[in-house]
Amino acid sequence: MEFLRPSTLVEALEARSAHPDGVPIMGGTDVMVELNFDKHRPSALIDLTRVPELTEWGWTATARVWAPVSPTPGSSSTCRAGRPRWPRPRGRWPPPDPQPGHGRRQPGRGLPAGEAHPPLLATDAEIELASVRGTRRVRARDFYLSFRTTALRPDELITAVLLPEAAGPQQFAKIGTRNAMVIAVTSFSLALDSERRAVGTGIGSAGPTPLRSEAAEEFLEGEFDWEDGRPLSEAVVRRFGELVASASRPIDDQRGTAEYRRHALSVMARRALSWSVTDYRKGSARCA
Amino acid sequence: MRVNLNVNGEDVTADNVWPGESLLYVLRERLGLPGSKNACEQGECGSCTVYFDGVTACSCMIAAGQAEGREVRTVEGLAEGTGKGGDRTLGVVQEAFVEAGAVQCGFCTPGLLVQTDDLLERTVGAGLGAPGDAEIREALAGNLCRCTGYEKIIDAVHLAAGRRAEEAGSGS
Repeated sequence: MEFLRPSTLVEALEARSAHPDGVPIMGGTDVMVELNFDKHRPSALIDLTRVPELTEWGWTATARVWAPVSPTPGSSSTCRAGRPRWPRPRGRWPPPDPQPGHGRRQPGRGLPAGEAHPPLLATDAEIELASVRGTRRVRARDFYLSFRTTALRPDELITAVLLPEAAGPQQFAKIGTRNAMVIAVTSFSLALDSERRAVGTGIGSAGPTPLRSEAAEEFLEGEFDWEDGRPLSEAVVRRFGELVASASRPIDDQRGTAEYRRHALSVMARRALSWSVTDYRKGSARCA
Repeated sequence: MRVNLNVNGEDVTADNVWPGESLLYVLRERLGLPGSKNACEQGECGSCTVYFDGVTACSCMIAAGQAEGREVRTVEGLAEGTGKGGDRTLGVVQEAFVEAGAVQCGFCTPGLLVQTDDLLERTVGAGLGAPGDAEIREALAGNLCRCTGYEKIIDAVHLAAGRRAEEAGSGS
């Protein structure tokens, strides 16, 4: 096994191209488990922690965020322009740094439990993929193909995640046995976009890939009071939860049963909706 | 492959390193520092926690080659004193764990010590006062104790925080 240490993005892309069987490593939370348990012996490890282009993030027209770096948790108001927010979980977000040994985000591998995925789906983020052949962008909504399979090609690296400017409340909630280090039993993200009058959802750990509930999105787009954000009836909130749960395709495993996951998703969806409606009203009051 | 790194203030070299092995393995098996414990090997239990360039991380989740040129501080580096053998004394956090009875089988203890040291650096050390129960529990949420001895561990953190605050107060 070779260990490669590219120090620029160009070197990293060349290494990726030359070693299609190699495995890029950043936070290590997925790769090192496979190595420690002798499940996978790649021909090479490509250490990306020394590539400056992949450890930076910043604001452009949209936010440009390298995947392993957790952006600062969102705290800005819904009406401040130009600052996309990263939906913050109720509870703790993993530490905001690109250090190895941290992180449960793993966008490149498309693990259904990866915590980045539901917010990326809900906010309609784009994922930038680069190789020696060039750079392309794929919507998160088109990125997850099947279990552990994404649109990432063997010679590509994820060079950025682009979050659109937030135009409304964004929420992320997870159920887990503890906040640190343990992947979610199931998770849910919701984004309300007041400009496009669009609803985005994201479901984690409840199917072979991260999922959306398009039925729940369409239902809420029709029911929500986009002018004033008036509180929704109990029946609408309940229906939204049911639609989210019915979009999931969970299995029984050591972290929870499929039935529990469906139930938990309906509860999280209702809660995320209630939080979002409250935030929306506060936001429109401030921006008015 | 050869890996050069700084461990507990000392420049060290590990030879014959297999590129797929972890920093934890290098520390324990190649550098003779068995303080960091090998428990889950999947980044869930926190027993192998070390400082990696000043930030706490699971050393079982870091590939050996990623440590090239980096600074690592292990539980052995928490002891105060001269460093190699002889007259080292326990650090404030270590003393507090012993006094409070926070050590049962001891396997989780090294990780908890490093994580507690980091918590106290970020709170008392930064002039923010001693952390409360909720903050301590959150900071230590990544460290599992299979003896379920958490109550005494929380007591130990409070004790250590008080002493760090006293030290900081008398030093100014």
